[in-house]
Amino acid sequence: MAKKPDLLPGTLDMLILKTLTRGALHGYGIALSIKRLSDDVLTVEEGSLYPALQRLLLQGWVKGEWKMTDTGRRARFYTLTAAGRKQLGIELSQFEQMITAIGRVLRDAQEA
Amino acid sequence: MIGRFLRKLSLLFGRARFESELDEEMAFHRAEAEEAFAADGMTREAARYAATRQFGNAARLRDESHAVVGFRVETVVQDLRFAFRQFRRSPGFAITAIVILALGIGVSVAIFGFVDAALLEPLPYAAPNRLMSVDEASAMFPRSNLSRDDFDDWRRMNHSFTSLDAYGGMGFLLRTASRSEPVPGARVSDGFFSTLGVHMMLGRGFLPGEDQPGKSKIVILTYGTWLKRFGGRRDIVGQPVTLSGADYTVVGVLPREFEFAPRRDSEFWVPLLEKNGCEQRRSCHNLYGVGRLRNGVTMDAARAEMKAIAALLAKQYPGSNQGQGASVIPLAEIIVGPVRPILLTLLCGAGLLLLIACVNVASLILVRSESRRREIAVRGALGATRARLARQFVTEGLLLALLGCAGGVLTGDWLMQMLARLIPKNMLIHLPFLSDVGLNTHVLIFAGVVALLAALLLAATPTLRLTFAGIRDGLGEGDRGAAGTLWRRLGANLVVIELAVAVVLLVGAGLLGKSFYRLLHVDDGFDTTHLATVQVMLPDSSYTKDGQKVALYREINRRLSEIPGVQSVGITTDLPVQCNCDTDWIRIVGKPFHGEHNEVNERDVSPSYLSTLKAGLVRGRLLSDSDDANHPRVTVINEALAQKYFSGEDPIGKMIGDGGFTPNSMRQVVGVIRNVREGALDDQVWPAEYFSIYHDSDTYFAVAVRAARDEKAILPGIVTTLHSIDANLGVYGESTMTEQIESSQTSLIHRFSTWLVGGFAAMALILGVVGLYGVIAYSVSRRTREIGVRMALGAQRSAVYGMVLRQAGRLTGVGLGIGLVSAVGASLLMRKLLFGVAAWDAPTLAGVALVLGAASMVASFLPAQKAASISPTEALRAE
Repeated sequence: MAKKPDLLPGTLDMLILKTLTRGALHGYGIALSIKRLSDDVLTVEEGSLYPALQRLLLQGWVKGEWKMTDTGRRARFYTLTAAGRKQLGIELSQFEQMITAIGRVLRDAQEA
Repeated sequence: MIGRFLRKLSLLFGRARFESELDEEMAFHRAEAEEAFAADGMTREAARYAATRQFGNAARLRDESHAVVGFRVETVVQDLRFAFRQFRRSPGFAITAIVILALGIGVSVAIFGFVDAALLEPLPYAAPNRLMSVDEASAMFPRSNLSRDDFDDWRRMNHSFTSLDAYGGMGFLLRTASRSEPVPGARVSDGFFSTLGVHMMLGRGFLPGEDQPGKSKIVILTYGTWLKRFGGRRDIVGQPVTLSGADYTVVGVLPREFEFAPRRDSEFWVPLLEKNGCEQRRSCHNLYGVGRLRNGVTMDAARAEMKAIAALLAKQYPGSNQGQGASVIPLAEIIVGPVRPILLTLLCGAGLLLLIACVNVASLILVRSESRRREIAVRGALGATRARLARQFVTEGLLLALLGCAGGVLTGDWLMQMLARLIPKNMLIHLPFLSDVGLNTHVLIFAGVVALLAALLLAATPTLRLTFAGIRDGLGEGDRGAAGTLWRRLGANLVVIELAVAVVLLVGAGLLGKSFYRLLHVDDGFDTTHLATVQVMLPDSSYTKDGQKVALYREINRRLSEIPGVQSVGITTDLPVQCNCDTDWIRIVGKPFHGEHNEVNERDVSPSYLSTLKAGLVRGRLLSDSDDANHPRVTVINEALAQKYFSGEDPIGKMIGDGGFTPNSMRQVVGVIRNVREGALDDQVWPAEYFSIYHDSDTYFAVAVRAARDEKAILPGIVTTLHSIDANLGVYGESTMTEQIESSQTSLIHRFSTWLVGGFAAMALILGVVGLYGVIAYSVSRRTREIGVRMALGAQRSAVYGMVLRQAGRLTGVGLGIGLVSAVGASLLMRKLLFGVAAWDAPTLAGVALVLGAASMVASFLPAQKAASISPTEALRAE
């Protein structure tokens, strides 16, 4: 099995928050959604997903609610809170800053 | 931040729910994944396996989620387990530490138990802090009895109290089958019980107006009396009872929990009713007042009003009331006032002992943390963060404090029971609340707080060391890094604290001991040995005329003198070493007088009384058998009276009278005696005058009998003889003068504080000296190599001795210096307990310095000897 690239450290929270901007999802749905949107490049490990969700709940950035799925099973659906939306903005801009910075360094290294 | 904490907290309490939700969520996830694998064409079996494998270890996952949301309970358990293991590995350390802590905490808890009982909740009544003791005040007495007439006026005129009532003592003779038994009772005004807020268990209290002269004789029984003397009959209300030959009707029974400390032993409570002989005069002070403050009125306001009323009465009745002020103090104050200084002193002493105990344990921990350097270093090297290491110490400190506290509570409980048993009965009568000292919520909270503080100290010490000392240093075994020096400094500072505190306690104990010695050796002015005493109460009904009483006095004197072993017999209204009380206001013929109250002790005594006491005659003569109603009044005065009112003159032959020179009050001074101590051991000697009891007879009197040898042995004979003279005499309080002096409240308070503070000081000395030994021994063991080098280079053994002893001497010196200065300060704070000795008493300070110095030298001699016997070759080869 080919080794898939790991998530950049610290980006999982941001990815979860971003995924939730499209609507309420349960844990499995979040993992699936990230996998699909990244064309199977990014895999969210369950081992990190659930602790991360607990962390986000604790910070008050997401809300959990038990609802029925289409298949008729009970699942906890997570939705973004206002605070979470704000946090996402902060993380996105920080991430972009970092990517730009890394990009600059890499470009510079190529030219040298 | 707060929201987050609250969410965490709710999770901590809703842990079960949190887990089931997480489990369900993860199960759902696995099921969905399984579906997906199955949809991809896997068999059910394979799909489940794949899903499970992908998901990983569910238990670990749950733990990780916990770690995010929960508090770190798991690691705490780990720390605890490790701490227990550590204690098990060095049980000597753990047991020593726990025993020292338990001792320190136990002593504090026990003393606090008494303080709590006495000072925090002394009065068993409704809203007790609104109850005031309302009394008169004069130049000589800051709080003096209240006169009946003044009480009536105060009650009528004041607006500060919702109710103001009075109480006084009254003895009754109760006829029993064989003889009459004297029983203590009390006279109170009508609203007394409702002012206290006490409701009767049976029957009713006194109704308004039932205390007025001419009303019928009624009585209220205490619960104990009702059970003991009336068999607990429910129909007792309305029954007659004969007290001192008069018929009373029982109207009520007090509840079991009723207690009134100032008159605790009273069995029968009767209304004031008729004014007795003394109460005919406004100047007769024989009652005490108790009032309940009106809502919104402060104690100061009430005091101001009562003083104004007293001033008004002083103008109106200058003869009796000039200079008579008012005193308004909390009722609790008159009950616990005498014991407050001793209790607070003991509490401070216990606190200091606790401090020493904690410091001692802290330095034990420090030594141990030193020997655990490698362990700590290894843990640090393996990745334990400094915080994690610190937490280990905190956990160990907490555990020690917890175990110490548990041991302390047990020790404290035991100590309280033991101390309570040591308090003599006659003292307990005045301090009833002390009889139910024990573990209660207050005491437990106190123990908890103390344990917490101890835990903080115990946790902080090694953590502090951890911060300063580099962890890495610990990996090398034989290094001589900065840590050693630092520890020596910290450890040395701690031992200085211990020594200083020990000095404070030793000085305190020394001063108290000296006070106690002075107190017992105070000049009483008479021979206290071989003196047997009994109190006698006459049945009023059969001794109505003065002549009858005088005949009885003479008969008692004659019959008791015939008992073998009796040398002489004296009768007095008040025995010596009791109180400066039963005073008289005098005026000297030929001296300026402006109506002031010249207060002197008045004692009516039989002619042989003063010679029975072996009081020293200075001038003139003692009273004689012929100083009776057929002869003019004469008096013998003490030197204090002679000095105060006849300074520079010969008092013999001078005339003394009352303020108005009433003809039958005029008496001639016939003799001067050396001061006989009438008041308590620590009271000033007051001027006193002695009259012949043949002139002023009394229903209550005391008999003092001088025995040739064993005074205790003749007591039963005295009682039998008195009853054979008249079976109806009430005879009580038989004891010896030495017993009375030793069991007086002053003597007991001093004895208690001396022994307890002495005990604290002894423990402090041991702990301090052991601490010093620890520091020196440790330092020697660390310096083995250095000492070896010195000796190899030619240092003499004596020089090594000197080096070690100098180090110990320096620590002891600093500890002594700080301790002595603090001790003088501390002794100034407890000077109320000191008697005849100054806070800076040089012999005591020098003695303490000597004791501590000697003990320290002994403690440091052992390690010094060890250091001097170090073999240089071995020391250099070691390590």
